[in-house]
Amino acid sequence: MAITLNVNGRDYLVDVDPDSPLLWAIRDTIGLTGTKFGCGIAECGACTVLVDGRAVRSCMFPVGSAESTAITTIEGLAKDGTLHRIQQAWIDHQVPQCGYCQSGMIMAVCGLLTEHPHPTDDEIDAELTNICRCGTFARVRRAIRAMAHGERSHHG
Amino acid sequence: MGKWTRRAFIGAGSVVGGGFVLGVAGLALAPNRLRVVAEGGAGAGELNTWITVTPDNLVTVLVPHCEMGQGSQTALAMMAAEEMDADWAMVRVKEAPALSAYANEYLVRAFIGGSVPASAVRGFDYGTYYIARWVGLQVTGGSSAVRGTGVHGMTLAGAAAREMLVAAAAQHFSANSSELIVKTSRVLHEGSGRSASFGELATAAAKMPVPSRPRLKAPDSYAIRRTPRPRLDIPSKVDGSAVYAIDFKTPGLLSAAVEIAPVYGGKLVSVDSAAAEAMPGVKRIVRLTEAVAVVADSYWHARTALIALKPVFDNAGHGEVSSASIFAAFDASLGPAPEMPASAATVVKADYRVPFLAHATMEPMCCTARVDGDKAEVWTGVQDPLKGRGIAAKALGLPPDNVRFTNLLLGGGFGRRLPDSIDYIDMCARIAKVMSPAPVKMVWSRETDIQHDYYRPAAMARFAGALDANGSAIAVKSRYAGGGDGESTFTPYAIGDKSATSSDVSHPIRTGPWRSVLNSQHGFFKESFVDEMAHAAKKDPYHFRRDLLVDQPRFRAVLDRAAAMADWNSPLPDREGRGIALTECFGSIVAEVAHVAVSPDGRLRVRAVSAAVDCGDVVNPDSAAAQAEGGIMFGLSAALVGEITIAGGRVVQRNFNDYQMIRLMDAPQINVEFIRSERAPGGLGEPCVPPIAAAVANAIFAATGIRVRDLPIKNQDLSRRQAPT
Repeated sequence: MAITLNVNGRDYLVDVDPDSPLLWAIRDTIGLTGTKFGCGIAECGACTVLVDGRAVRSCMFPVGSAESTAITTIEGLAKDGTLHRIQQAWIDHQVPQCGYCQSGMIMAVCGLLTEHPHPTDDEIDAELTNICRCGTFARVRRAIRAMAHGERSHHG
Repeated sequence: MGKWTRRAFIGAGSVVGGGFVLGVAGLALAPNRLRVVAEGGAGAGELNTWITVTPDNLVTVLVPHCEMGQGSQTALAMMAAEEMDADWAMVRVKEAPALSAYANEYLVRAFIGGSVPASAVRGFDYGTYYIARWVGLQVTGGSSAVRGTGVHGMTLAGAAAREMLVAAAAQHFSANSSELIVKTSRVLHEGSGRSASFGELATAAAKMPVPSRPRLKAPDSYAIRRTPRPRLDIPSKVDGSAVYAIDFKTPGLLSAAVEIAPVYGGKLVSVDSAAAEAMPGVKRIVRLTEAVAVVADSYWHARTALIALKPVFDNAGHGEVSSASIFAAFDASLGPAPEMPASAATVVKADYRVPFLAHATMEPMCCTARVDGDKAEVWTGVQDPLKGRGIAAKALGLPPDNVRFTNLLLGGGFGRRLPDSIDYIDMCARIAKVMSPAPVKMVWSRETDIQHDYYRPAAMARFAGALDANGSAIAVKSRYAGGGDGESTFTPYAIGDKSATSSDVSHPIRTGPWRSVLNSQHGFFKESFVDEMAHAAKKDPYHFRRDLLVDQPRFRAVLDRAAAMADWNSPLPDREGRGIALTECFGSIVAEVAHVAVSPDGRLRVRAVSAAVDCGDVVNPDSAAAQAEGGIMFGLSAALVGEITIAGGRVVQRNFNDYQMIRLMDAPQINVEFIRSERAPGGLGEPCVPPIAAAVANAIFAATGIRVRDLPIKNQDLSRRQAPT
C-alpha cells in the first residue's frame, strides 16, 4: 500500500506496510541513512526524527501514523547550506565521538529546545534519555547550556 | 603479507633512538612508495607511503587506523603535518586501504622485536603485546595509534616529506637547502624573496631521494600539536552524511536478518520455513551451521519473516552453564586466601567479582558482501581491515587478493571489531555466497548483537594483605580467575611482599578484548583492596597510597593532581564521600577521584569525577580530554549497571532495556587535567576506564561504610539500614 511521506519538505510515495516502522521507510525506502538503527525498541533514541516538530523514536513509530505530517530528519536540519545552531554547537563543542548516536541526539535536542527554549538541567535530564556509548554526555550538556545562554565555545 | 622494503631508513639503528626499536622505523618498513602512486590521482606527487601532496596544495595523510570516535586520525595527521610545517587548513586525512602495504607489523616489531616475553612482568606493554599476536594486520587497538604509528611513523614520514620538498625547492631556486625555510605549506628563500607552495613542488619533490634520517622538530617549536584542533571527522557526523557500515548502498542490494544459536557452539537443528518463504519480499531462507538467515528485499521484510521461522537450535551440551556455575568454579579454583607473614599485626581479606560485559556498540554488527565467481567485495567497519579481508577470503575459499575490502566508519568499536572478534564478516560472506551475485547487507538486531558478543571476561579475585604494628603495608597477595597479566595486576606501591597469581578456569562463554582489556577488572580489584588496607590501617586512603609511592614520582604526581583537583580534604555533607584510584596501562597513568552522594534509601549519584592523566606529550588536547571523558563514562556504565548474566548456557539480556548503560541524567561532571610532559605519547583510548569502578566503590565506602566488592553496584543495597554500625 502506497503512503505519501513528507520528509524534509519533500513528498515521497512509499510502498510499505503502514504498520512497519517509520525508521526503515526513511532508511531503506527513501534512502536517507543519517537516521540510525540502534535497538528497535525505542530505548536508545538513535532513530529520533521530528514529526510535526516533536521528537519521536522512529523505530517503533508506524509509517501509517506519519502520513500527513511533516517529518524532519538530520539531513533536513541545515537550511540553504547553513548548519542549524545545534549542529554548529555540536562542532563548536566537539561533541561526537563515533557519532553513530548523534543524529538522534541532535534531533532529540531539537525537540527539547522547541519545548524548553532555555532548559534547566532537570529538564535536560528528563527529556534527553538517548544512549551514547562513547559517553559524550558532558559535552552534550555543555553544548545545550551554551545554546540556552547564547554562548559559543573557544572552538567557534 | 607485504614484503618489508628497507630502502628508506634501513641501517639507521638510531632513527628513533634507543635499542628497543631495533633500528627500524615507519618508512623503513613501509612499502615501496611506487606501489601507491596511483592513490593520489593524476599529477600527484607521492612523497612517501603515508603522505600525498597534490598540485592544489592539499596534503593528504593516509592513516592506517580506523576512525571509531577516538580521534586518532586527526591526531596522526597533526603529527605528520607538524613535521612538514604544513598549513593545517590544507591537510586532509584518509584511511589507508585494506592492503598489506599498510599492515602495521613493522610497528609491533619496532616495539617488541618480534619476541614475546617469557614471563608476565610489569614494564612490558601488554597493549602492544596483544597487537603483536595480530602481526601482519592493520589493527586499531591497544591504544596504539598515536604512541605507535604516530611516534614511529607519522612524525618521520612528515619530516622526510618536508626534506624532500625543501630539496626540490633548492633545485628550483638554485639555492642551498640551508637557506630555505618552511612555513604553512610554503618553502621560502629569504635571500631572493622567492617562494613555492608544497603543491607546486610536489611532483619534483617526489623524485628526490628519501632521506634516511629526517630531522624531527624540537617540541618547543610545535605549531600544530599541543593546540586543540577540531576533529576532521566531526562535520560529517552532525549532518547525517557520515557513512557507517550499516549505511552502505549499492544497486540491487538485498537485506539479511539472522538468528544465531543462542548457546555459543550450538547448531541449527530445524527450521520451518514454509510460512516465512511466503511472506512479502522474501528471497530465500539460508541455513547456516550455527544460524539461519532470511534474505529479503528490505531489512524490515527480512526481520519480520525471521520471526516467523521459529528455528530450533541445540545447546552444544552447555545447557547447565550459568553465571552461578562459572563463579562457583572460580571460587573453588582460588582455594584459601593467600598466606600472610607471621609478623602481620593486621590481616585484611576480601573477594571481588565482576560480571561479563557486552561491548554494545551503538551500531550493531553489520556487513555487506557481494560474491561474483572468484571475486568478492566486502563493505563493513572493523578495527582491522586486513584481517577482515582475510576472513572473507577464507569463508569463500578465495585468495585474499580476490577480495576487495572497504572499511567504512565504525559506529563504536571498544574492542568488539578487533581481528579475533569479527565473526560477522564470515557469516555475511557465507550468506552472500548463497545469494551470488546479488550484494547482501546483513544487519544484526540489537538482541543478536548483545547475545552474541565476545564478552569482557567475568573475573574473580581473592586478596589478602598484611599491615605491621605501625599500619604500614607489608604484604599484598592475590589469586584471580578469569584472566590477567603482568600489566593489569601491577601496582606501583612499595609493598615488600607483592604477588598476583592466576588460576585458569575454562567455561564456554565467548570472551574478547573490551576497552582496556584486562585492566577494567583488575583496576577494580587492586584499587579497592588497597583502599580496604588503608581503612584497616586507619589512614586516609589518598595519603596511604601516597606514602607508598616515594620511589614512583610519576605516579605520585598524578595521584596528587587528582586529589588537588577534587579538593580532597574539604568536608562533605553526610552520606557523601570521595574515593580515589590509580592505575597504569597502555603507557599512561591515570588517577581518578569520584565524589558520590547516597540517599538514605540507597540511591547512588556520582556527582563529579576528577581525572589526572599522564599520557606523555598530548597531541590534540581537547580530543584527548574527550577520550578521558568517554573512558570514564564507559567505565561508569560497567561499574554502576553493566551486567551480562548466563542462564541455561545462554545470555539472559537482550536489549538496552535489560543490558543497561548510563544516560545523561546519570553522567557526572568530569574534570580532566593532563600532566605536562615531554615524554613520548602514551595511549589514551583505554587508560581512563580502569580506575573509575574502584574510585566509585571507594567513595561509597567513605559515604556509607558499605564496601562494594561485586559489580555492578546496582545489585547492592546502599540504603541506611544496610550501613554498618
